[in-house]
Amino acid sequence: MNKKKIIWVIFLYFFTLSSSFSIEADVFVQSTVNRASKILSENLSKDEKIEKLKIIAEETVDIKGIGFYTLGSIRKNLDGDQKKKYSRLFREYFLKSFSSRLSEYTNPEIDVLSKEVLSENYTIVNSLLKGTSERPEVKIDWRVYTKNTENPLIRDLIIEGLSLARTQKEEFASILNSNDNDINALFNTLEEFSKN
Amino acid sequence: MIQYNIKVSMMKKFLIIVFTTLALTLNVNAGSDGDLILKKNEPSEVNDCFEKINRATFAFNQALDGMIFKPVASLYRKLPSPAKTGVSNSLENVSHLLTIPNNVLQGDFKQAGINTGRFIINTTLGILGIFDVAQYLGLTNYEKEDYGQSLAKAGVGPGCYIVLPVLGPSTVRDTIASAFNYLGGDPWYNVTVNKDTQYFENSDYYFSKGASGVDFRAKNYDSIENLENNSLDFYASVKSLYLQDRQQKILNSRKIVNTQDDSDWEEISQ
Repeated sequence: MNKKKIIWVIFLYFFTLSSSFSIEADVFVQSTVNRASKILSENLSKDEKIEKLKIIAEETVDIKGIGFYTLGSIRKNLDGDQKKKYSRLFREYFLKSFSSRLSEYTNPEIDVLSKEVLSENYTIVNSLLKGTSERPEVKIDWRVYTKNTENPLIRDLIIEGLSLARTQKEEFASILNSNDNDINALFNTLEEFSKN
Repeated sequence: MIQYNIKVSMMKKFLIIVFTTLALTLNVNAGSDGDLILKKNEPSEVNDCFEKINRATFAFNQALDGMIFKPVASLYRKLPSPAKTGVSNSLENVSHLLTIPNNVLQGDFKQAGINTGRFIINTTLGILGIFDVAQYLGLTNYEKEDYGQSLAKAGVGPGCYIVLPVLGPSTVRDTIASAFNYLGGDPWYNVTVNKDTQYFENSDYYFSKGASGVDFRAKNYDSIENLENNSLDFYASVKSLYLQDRQQKILNSRKIVNTQDDSDWEEISQ
């Protein structure tokens, strides 16, 4: 009887312990959005905002995963050094592109509305960017990778049904196709973007 | 001259009947196969057969945008919100005239009824569509339809991707389908350019088309600027976004469809 009790206590202890560390995808998105909104509404220079947004992106976005996804099947042909180089260049490109896109907004108001668990690994979080006098409201869905429940990561933004990861993938494919699938051409393009 | 007009009119009617019959027949055969329609309209499956010409036309359109649409849209954005909403609503109201016959072609009779109700209410109570009164009466969720979407629903594939001068991105199927607008398939074109009534002028049609372009550009002003500044290949980005949007319009769904092939991701996560 005592043994049973002990087993139950141990089970409940680990159950509560594991669930206390897991973060719900919608809470994670709302918290990320709030952090970004706070920075964007602060009285900071554009460069300061960009630097702070980069920190958020590094903590909450699966940059490496998105990088290899957007590279498409050609990633299978890369050697170790090329993969390392690509990951570095993509990270620089992504952070610059992501933060400069976001920094254009001042005090954006995003409300998380609902979530849809697609599988153990993915949850789609539905949100709404409130409209202003200059632009209509925008539906934004967040594809969150939830394999590690303690550390969910954003893998895609779907704006009014249009996937940014997919657009990025097709953009990279176009650059590669125009250059006989030469990965160095993509490296050069990414380097040039990050330098400018 | 009268004989010629009669011949043209009969030809138009014949073409519409053939198209309608074809579309409805194919709709019965292909309507159940949503996956096939989805696959056929998958952006990665649409070939860019005329890429060089498309890129040149795209550059031309960008120059035109910089000279005309962007400055006009910039001024339009400064109008008070109620004025912009009124313009947007009345343009949307006119688009019902093209949507309703396409609802019928796609076999969506319920939506055709709802959209007819919306059009009548908004044209009358809504003062020529300026106010969307119908939404307060429960007639919401308006989705534009066109002959390209009807052909797609009937199982016709998109063909190659093309960029049209001034009009922008399209596909071979959608370009051919838009010809039906000028062959009697668009009531708004009929009453303005074709002069089926004496109440409208040619200029009303062209003004409404121009205004739609400016309205779209103004609504997406920041997004387009942002995309252009942060794209490695702006042409490829626009193409991808256009084809994704088109695929969703055909399926009448904003739900994420095959956004990413999970297996493609899984390999990465291992």
